[in-house]
Amino acid sequence: MTVHVRTLDELLHAPLEADSELTTQEYLVNMGPQHPIAHGSLRVVVRLDGETVKEVIPVPGYVHRGVEKMCEHLNYRQVIPYTDRLDYLSAIMNNWAVAKTVETAAGIETSDRIEVIRTIMAELQRLQSHALWWGVTGMDLGAYTAFLYGFREREIIGEIFEETIGARLTMNYIQPGGLMYDIKPDFAAKVKKLLPYLQDCVEQYETLLSGNVIFQERLRNVGIVDGARAVALGCTGPVVRASGVPLDLRATEPYGAYGKVQFNVVVGSIGDCWDRYYVRLEEMRESIRIIQQLIDGIPEGPYSTIRYNVELTLPEGIHYGQVETARGAFGVLIASDGKQEIPYRLHFRSPNFNNLWVVTAISPGWRIADFISIQSSLDLVIPDIDR
Amino acid sequence: MDPESLLALVETAHPTLRRRPLTDRPAVSVAPGELLAVMTTLRDHADLRFDLLITHTAIDYPGENRFELIYLLYSTVHGHWLIVAADVDRTRPVAPSVCGLWPIAEWQEREAYDLMGVLYDNHPDLRRVFLEDDWVGFPLRKDYQDEYMLELPK
Repeated sequence: MTVHVRTLDELLHAPLEADSELTTQEYLVNMGPQHPIAHGSLRVVVRLDGETVKEVIPVPGYVHRGVEKMCEHLNYRQVIPYTDRLDYLSAIMNNWAVAKTVETAAGIETSDRIEVIRTIMAELQRLQSHALWWGVTGMDLGAYTAFLYGFREREIIGEIFEETIGARLTMNYIQPGGLMYDIKPDFAAKVKKLLPYLQDCVEQYETLLSGNVIFQERLRNVGIVDGARAVALGCTGPVVRASGVPLDLRATEPYGAYGKVQFNVVVGSIGDCWDRYYVRLEEMRESIRIIQQLIDGIPEGPYSTIRYNVELTLPEGIHYGQVETARGAFGVLIASDGKQEIPYRLHFRSPNFNNLWVVTAISPGWRIADFISIQSSLDLVIPDIDR
Repeated sequence: MDPESLLALVETAHPTLRRRPLTDRPAVSVAPGELLAVMTTLRDHADLRFDLLITHTAIDYPGENRFELIYLLYSTVHGHWLIVAADVDRTRPVAPSVCGLWPIAEWQEREAYDLMGVLYDNHPDLRRVFLEDDWVGFPLRKDYQDEYMLELPK
């Protein structure tokens, strides 16, 4: 029994042939690593016949930093800042995934106050992430105005983070056993003042972009993936929910304060780019609803239940914990030997790595402009793919 | 389904399985030769229906000369979890590919090949995913060395 290992070179030098009736030529186009649609450094080799996409070969790895290898030399608290640098638009939620896994494995209790603050912060970041995505999608499809509006809301939410956390992008906020810093006394008042504004913003997004005929034409019925196929292709988050699968970890296995609040799991109907667009807009409304229910009753108490200088050693075995980030299920798999305070092996289940490959399945047959819509609707963050 | 009856059901279908201890979710250990048969049952059995391969990775145990392959399965129909573990020989790490059951495995297995050097039999497109094709060695192995690696401060 021999296993044949292929190379990218082999793939790119395979004979090309055109099969349409017109005399066309098949050719390969590199989109990326530096391309506006890449949103970072993702190289996608597209095999084209005229303008029709025949095959998509994603070539990730331009931001591969070996985070999993580095984590084998770090203790669990030192792992947290590295997760900020994976999906940088879901930094707080990534922190939470590690903290939650470590807390469950080590049997650390947290308080209601900690869980409520974590939930509010995570939902604020989901709003921030979706606002940015909305703007960037507009830009990808030729509406530059949307980009500026999306960044406006990102900035305003970023100011709230900066005041509490001191950082705007790499938060390092949620720690095993608690939070890095306590919230400021006027945090609740500021967030409450922000919520009606954000509600108006979502309405504004609708009038700016959703009703646009060109925008709708480019998204509706493009890149359809049905529920069963999306699940088989490992999709999670808004991508799989747009295909009608109500898979949302906040609802299926509630963590934090999600068990105490009312919210709907937003699902799409047919799983085209428009559904993926609209699911995220509706999720912004649900996030605002979640924060509204929590912001008035933040319990009093300390912001951490353990001292941060205690040694954390997990019991021997495999521990897996996950949270729902803005892009899907972010999981942390820790194999501990029970002796050291560093993981024996740490694996990140990244939502973007698993969501990426759906482009290879749904893009063939569409035009190159539709491919832009498809990739944009997946909301990829490249450092999270490469890790 | 609660973990105990889930494990009992899986064991009834495949009596040669062993339970894998020391995990926080129900887990079974399977020989690589039986992996495909077990996985097919897990996906297709009406009471199991594990339709989502959440993640797949490998853990290196050089002292015991083995890689432990971890498959984390979730059922969107029933909402239950299962970890399937399979030990492969470290000197000749070949495992059957499960791409035919879950298409996402194609890329998760490519990642495991790229970083850990596990070879997958019947994989449609086995090549490196993050590193360049001419990279020497597999970085996530415990004994990986290259000239750019730094010494950990004592």
